Amino acid sequence: MSLERSDVEKIAHLARLAIDRDAVPQYARDLSNILGLVEQMNRVDTDDIKPLAHPLDAVQRLRADRVTETDERDRFQSIAPAVEAHLYLVPKVIE
Amino acid sequence: MHNKSIVELSQALRAGKFSSVELTRHLLARIRRLDGRLNSFVTVTDERALAQARAADQRLAKGSAGPLTGIPVAQKDIFCTAGIRTSCGSRMLDNFIAPYDATTVEKFNAAGAVLLGKTNMDEFAMGSSNETSFYGPVRNPWDLAAVPGGSSGGSAAAVAARFAPGATGTDTGGSIRQPAALCGITGIKPTYGRVSRYGMIAFASSLDQGGVMTRSAEDAAVMLGVMAGYDPRDSTSVDRPVPDYTKTLAEPLQGLKIGLPREYFGDGLDSGVAGVIDAALREYRKLGAEVVDISLPNSALAVPVYYVIAPAECSSNLSRFDGVRFGHRCDKPRDLEDLYKRSRGEGFGAEVKRRIMIGTYVLSAGYYDAYYLKAQKIRRLMSQDFSDAFRKVDVIMGPASPTVAFNIGEKTDDPVTMYLSDIYTIAVNLAGLPGMSIPAGFCASRPVGLQIIGNYFDEARLLNIAHRYQQVTDWHTRAPAEFGE
Amino acid sequence: MEWETVIGLEIHVQLATQSKIFSGAATAYGAPPNTQACAVDLAFPGVLPVLNEAAVRMAVKFGLAVNANVARRSVFARKNYFYPDLPKGYQISQYELPVVEHGTLEVQLGDNESKTIGITRAHLEEDAGKSLHEDFHGLTGIDLNRAGTPLLEIVSEPDMRSAAEAAAYMKKIHTLVRYLEISDGNMQEGSFRCDANVSVRPRGQATFGTRAEIKNLNSFRYIERAINHEIERQIALIEGGGTVIQETRLYDSAADETRPMRSKEQANDYRYFPDPDLLPVEISEEFIEQVRQTLPELPDEKRGRFVYEYGLTPYEAGVLTASRELADFFEATEKTSGGDAKLSANWVTGELLGALNKYGLDVTQSPVTAAMLGGMIRRIADNTISGKLAKQVFEAMWNGEGDADAVIAAKGLTQVTDTAAIEQVIDEVMQQNPEQLAAYRSGKDKLFGFFVGQVMKATQGKANPGQVNDILKKKLSG
Repeated sequence: MSLERSDVEKIAHLARLAIDRDAVPQYARDLSNILGLVEQMNRVDTDDIKPLAHPLDAVQRLRADRVTETDERDRFQSIAPAVEAHLYLVPKVIE
Repeated sequence: MHNKSIVELSQALRAGKFSSVELTRHLLARIRRLDGRLNSFVTVTDERALAQARAADQRLAKGSAGPLTGIPVAQKDIFCTAGIRTSCGSRMLDNFIAPYDATTVEKFNAAGAVLLGKTNMDEFAMGSSNETSFYGPVRNPWDLAAVPGGSSGGSAAAVAARFAPGATGTDTGGSIRQPAALCGITGIKPTYGRVSRYGMIAFASSLDQGGVMTRSAEDAAVMLGVMAGYDPRDSTSVDRPVPDYTKTLAEPLQGLKIGLPREYFGDGLDSGVAGVIDAALREYRKLGAEVVDISLPNSALAVPVYYVIAPAECSSNLSRFDGVRFGHRCDKPRDLEDLYKRSRGEGFGAEVKRRIMIGTYVLSAGYYDAYYLKAQKIRRLMSQDFSDAFRKVDVIMGPASPTVAFNIGEKTDDPVTMYLSDIYTIAVNLAGLPGMSIPAGFCASRPVGLQIIGNYFDEARLLNIAHRYQQVTDWHTRAPAEFGE
Repeated sequence: MEWETVIGLEIHVQLATQSKIFSGAATAYGAPPNTQACAVDLAFPGVLPVLNEAAVRMAVKFGLAVNANVARRSVFARKNYFYPDLPKGYQISQYELPVVEHGTLEVQLGDNESKTIGITRAHLEEDAGKSLHEDFHGLTGIDLNRAGTPLLEIVSEPDMRSAAEAAAYMKKIHTLVRYLEISDGNMQEGSFRCDANVSVRPRGQATFGTRAEIKNLNSFRYIERAINHEIERQIALIEGGGTVIQETRLYDSAADETRPMRSKEQANDYRYFPDPDLLPVEISEEFIEQVRQTLPELPDEKRGRFVYEYGLTPYEAGVLTASRELADFFEATEKTSGGDAKLSANWVTGELLGALNKYGLDVTQSPVTAAMLGGMIRRIADNTISGKLAKQVFEAMWNGEGDADAVIAAKGLTQVTDTAAIEQVIDEVMQQNPEQLAAYRSGKDKLFGFFVGQVMKATQGKANPGQVNDILKKKLSG
């Protein structure tokens, strides 16, 4: 799979990454090479194989419904880039 | 003091030969004096270290000390440490003072260990050479022109350079074993789920596993004993008792069946490295082990499969770095999209961006089945290859890395070549098995690591096998010339 | 052309757990901003989710109540998109393997009409935070208290054919989740939210038209209006030669219109994949059986029983079982009344609900308790008071003047049932109204009501109306 400039731009947008215009061709080459490596997978027939999402065949443990956390807002917000009236600030959200 | 093992240091502290404060001062002074050459630490926590050392000395005096009480260790900068910058090697977290401790950090604190500082690493653990760090590359103590391996390169270099007798690492595709091999130290990546991932900044959740890096297997047994264990805050951690890894270190190896996967000894393997591995296997035969050929038929696909699964998980795991609640935020965002794109564009380095983009691509509509699902299916095949092998043998051995440490800058222009340096370590993560690398000799004056792969939860066995070898060899005690004094 | 509407609903129900679905932070409503957002909710680096057992239990309870298939194995997936109220950059939800699938719900549309609506699936997921649009120098403020609150998303089949059907289905789900005590269903606080997928097609056409998704239908009143409005918009569009585009529209209740959501303009690629931080959820037979034991009597069963056991009409039974609290109130009233179901039903559906509506109160907030109302009905049944006097008693009880007996005593409202006394009053009334008496006797039957009124007036309403009727009839006919 060889990626075009527009593919890279589309992926970068989905991933919300600003990429310098000048760097796009290099990303296109690198990503295409990586996908080339990845496509070696096609050598194997996997028709009847079940996917393995997790190395151990374990099941989810359930937590008792108890409140264990206390208010740590001030500590958490002391490292936030922009806070006012205890709210995290972002540029205007349009619905 | 700095050449002593953890076990020796612990005995000396208990015997009152020196205090933890003296030991800590000594190591902090070494770091200050020598780390300029290596760049193995991102943050050195002098004051806190001394405070912890004083507390440890009191505990030693009261006789309530454990095996790690008063022992200085370094934490890879991927483990969150409350009140201390936790950068993960990234500009994104250059200003991130973690508001809580990782479970691993809590455990070391509770054991009375002294935190010397946070070690350098590839950015978000994505790299095999420690060259992707925002804080600059780490140099290999054996040869300053060489990389230490990655991503736990700072921990490996710090332990090899006798800055710390032990350090933590994390291993997603070889990030403990490969730098351990390249720096001539002992590293163990336990079974997936053995060590809590809580507070360990995620790269690829189904592959990440914390572990320890020390000079000897005996020290690794002590440290892993503290680090391992069930954590209710990690759904993937396994509720299963932790054995005393030091108890079984001396078990004889008579009758041990070692499997050599023929796929690990093919074309890509450096002949010098192959020679060192052969010599190590001869030692094992002398110790009573039997060596048999096995096959892991899908080995060649480990790297391709990994470079689908790991980037897919990372692309999602790293979405939380958005400039809103912590971490880097771009200056004067025009709008919301600009805030996201520039904060992330500026905060992440090129390798992280490449992996986020690969991961985004393989999960996107129309490609999921061909890439992600396909990779998960081959992952099952690879896991089955190991189960088949472990029906025939007790452990699997081979090289940890196809070459010795390469030079800084040698592979940075070609991501794919760089990725192939993890060709022997990645399959272990895909299957979730425990794996180790131990020093086995040198090739062109650079260290070679022997990889030992065990069945699920066979950490005690791996440490035992490594320890017996280290009792009849001295590779693990060799120090790099510049850092032995 | 005759058009047919096709509607499917997605209802988000906040589950009534103490703590969040994947963290130990509290879910209480109305806390100061960001005080209930812990490290996990804020998606700090390195934190991990652990699933809340109560959320799973509640989802199973719902599944059993709608006769659905409860998945023995379900999987949490990540839905990836960037939005400031979504701290991780992905929402943990269920995609391919939801916990509940293939249920049905019977919805009453009229007295004797009902319809079965299919429930495609119900899955567990986490709620997002809130964006507060008050102006902070052109910026938006984010409160993440709600982030991580457990949601059950209930997705219906496109089985509804009118806004009224959609509203009836929504009400029924609301009743059900409150019966099951898995949600408080509070719509003002956002515990119960609804999105509708609406399309139209020429009647008789088999394929569906292009649908629009309308968000933000958070009251029973709005849902009908918003859907009807959307139906009109689509029909007008098509009849005007246009085509409906698949889009997300937001209902603006103030303007009573739907408009396209700008933030949803771009088709999202959510890149779902199984969440590697969570393992597959396995639900055992024992767990399901255990939950089944906790199932209360469901609305339909209760309605049937009210008809059968109390002899109520299906309509009355429907009204009384609309909420578990109201049904309980009725049953308690009936019990204290000494078993007068009919009268109890009349009073609960009549005076009581009327007063509650008037003052905007919930039945649990009623100043007249079931015991008080039952006690009053007992006094009607034993002829202490008449139905008419009872209204005064009810009003006094509502105003806090004590229970029925206290009010009757204080106001001297005891009914006159002494035949001699009533006869005496009737005689006086007849003497005082000779013209009317003559007219009545010459065939003006309608004047009977006049005499009843006069007698009741003379007795200040205390005369037993039945006796008054009987005696008056005899005396008037001479």
